[in-house]
Amino acid sequence: MSGTETYLLDGCARAGSHTLDVYRKHGGYDTLARVLKELTPAEVTEIVKDSGLRGRGGAGFPTGLKWSFMPDPAQDDRTRYMALNADESEPGTCKDRVLLREDPHRLIEGCLIAAWAMQLSAVYIYVRGEYRLPYDRVQAAVNEARAAGLVGAKILGTDFSCEIFMHKGAGAYICGEETGLMESLEGKRGHPRPKPPFPAGFGLWGQPTTVNNVETIFNVPFILERGADWFKNLGTEKSPGNFLCGVSGHVERPGVYEVPLGMPAQRILDEHAGGVWKGRALKAWFPGGSSTGLMPASTIDTPMDHDSIRGIGSMFGTGAMILLDETACVVRASFVIARFYDHESCGQCSQCREGTQWLSQIFERIEDGRGRPEDIDLLTDLAHGMAPGKTICALSDAAAIPTHSVVKHFRAELLEHIELGRCPLQAKRVAEGAPA
Amino acid sequence: MALTEQLRQELDELVRNYPDKRAALIPFLHRCQEELGGWISPEVMEDCAEYFGLEPVEIYGVASFYPMFRLRPIGRHVVSVCRNISCDLRGADEIVQRACAVTSARVGESSDDGRFYLETVECQGACADAPMMVVDGTYHENLESDDVERILGGLE
Ligand SMILES: Cc1cc2nc3c(=O)[nH]c(=O)nc-3n(C[C@H](O)[C@H](O)[C@H](O)COP(=O)(O)O)c2cc1C
Ligand code: SF4
Ligand code: FES
Repeated sequence: MSGTETYLLDGCARAGSHTLDVYRKHGGYDTLARVLKELTPAEVTEIVKDSGLRGRGGAGFPTGLKWSFMPDPAQDDRTRYMALNADESEPGTCKDRVLLREDPHRLIEGCLIAAWAMQLSAVYIYVRGEYRLPYDRVQAAVNEARAAGLVGAKILGTDFSCEIFMHKGAGAYICGEETGLMESLEGKRGHPRPKPPFPAGFGLWGQPTTVNNVETIFNVPFILERGADWFKNLGTEKSPGNFLCGVSGHVERPGVYEVPLGMPAQRILDEHAGGVWKGRALKAWFPGGSSTGLMPASTIDTPMDHDSIRGIGSMFGTGAMILLDETACVVRASFVIARFYDHESCGQCSQCREGTQWLSQIFERIEDGRGRPEDIDLLTDLAHGMAPGKTICALSDAAAIPTHSVVKHFRAELLEHIELGRCPLQAKRVAEGAPA
Repeated sequence: MALTEQLRQELDELVRNYPDKRAALIPFLHRCQEELGGWISPEVMEDCAEYFGLEPVEIYGVASFYPMFRLRPIGRHVVSVCRNISCDLRGADEIVQRACAVTSARVGESSDDGRFYLETVECQGACADAPMMVVDGTYHENLESDDVERILGGLE
């Protein structure tokens, strides 16, 4: 693990990075041209598989393997699609927005390489409705690319044709879940579908479909340009490559930083984010968005990769670290998050619809000083009823996981609230001038 | 007929992007809301139902699922303050309070003079630039509480 080589954000730093001119001046679309000329679709998938690239949308699933689930076009002549997931709404996660806005052509090049590998006829880029500037930038880039013969019929003069269409969501977290996204794209409520059937067999309009995250596809042109071995040299053996680490909350310099997988969270915090703000001590952190278990400060030296974070009982998720300093109230944080899942549950499964509502109400009353000692066990029982794998999609799990971790690691703080009948940290926060 | 000729033409274009025209519904509702007074009226839903070959209640069922669609008239300027975790940790509460004071609106309501509609929203993907709010679709990030007055004060 070298630790200093960057690639993901290099293009974003250039003036005019979102334009075709600048992108091409730095070799943009050369890899696509070479891939279309020199590699078969199966060879492209093999390289992506060999690179070990794992999905950056939250689940960390191997990308090449996912692509290989698409049926063989020789056996199955249905129309094939990709839905590019640019719904980014996991709290703490703010990385795809940067790529969409600053380097949209690389994303398009990645989509087209994926399209060649899976023999797709169209890619739909599903952008969350609030991302107005990022959407406009990608749309403009698609238009430029189409005018230059890079998108549409007979790409770069070859026999390969693929369309790219933009699609705008309308502000529902559940539409980031891959099957909720497909329902939404079809013009319906974003109600996730039971699996199986999986998207590769029955996706958009019942056709074979792959759903990938923005950052995942953004890695693809680099892998095809520089080779699987180059990629495997970055990061760890099981989680290769760099990733975009969003760092938010109580740090001196919140931001989106490019680091290799496996870099200890402590180093990211100190070297990139400038340490905990105001010289305070760290209390707790979410490794990868609000759906991952809240961890005590003592685990902050853990390497940021899928296996290491799993090893401490949490999840890598989207790699978006959220940090809480000593003045933060874990109960309030839990309430804010539980309220979010309650708001975003699509309501199809009773465990999720009712469970998220209960969790939110219980955390709220504990924070307000109306909690009861038996509430702590009630939280655990509810969370056990909601997950794992008890519902149509993983939103229910996403609400249960942080609940378990808070009860496990911060039971004393929950009890203190209940016994005192108020938040013990409220007074301290006010005294120190922190947000109440 | 609530849809303008121009919107109908756009819709004819939009449906070509999809193998099934219903897929154009959500992007098209965005356009209706942008062009027709900031909300989606029952008349717009009826026109959409006719175009898509659906019942108005099906259009309502979709529109009401998505927080970005407004199903009743609201104030001229939409102020959306993020209340999720990264913003909460950096003082979102104070931003909400200031926004209430400056707009004279309560959360989830419009001001009496019709200038503002104020709401809290979930994470907007700007967590490393918290706290933040969105005003008429434009992001305002790294807010200090005095910024609220500066940003909203001049809006008519
Ligand atoms: C409730 C929920 C919300 C999700 N939101 C997103 C999202 O906003 N963006 C995203 O890329 N993946 C999201 N995912 C993960 C997707 O279901 C899917 O795994 C991912 O887009 C696959 O892409 P990848 O393999 O490239 O990571 C979400 C999953 C769940 C359960
Ligand atoms: S788990 Fe929750 S969000 Fe997912 S389908 Fe069931 S009710 Fe909907
Ligand atoms: S938590 Fe406010 S923008 Fe993400």
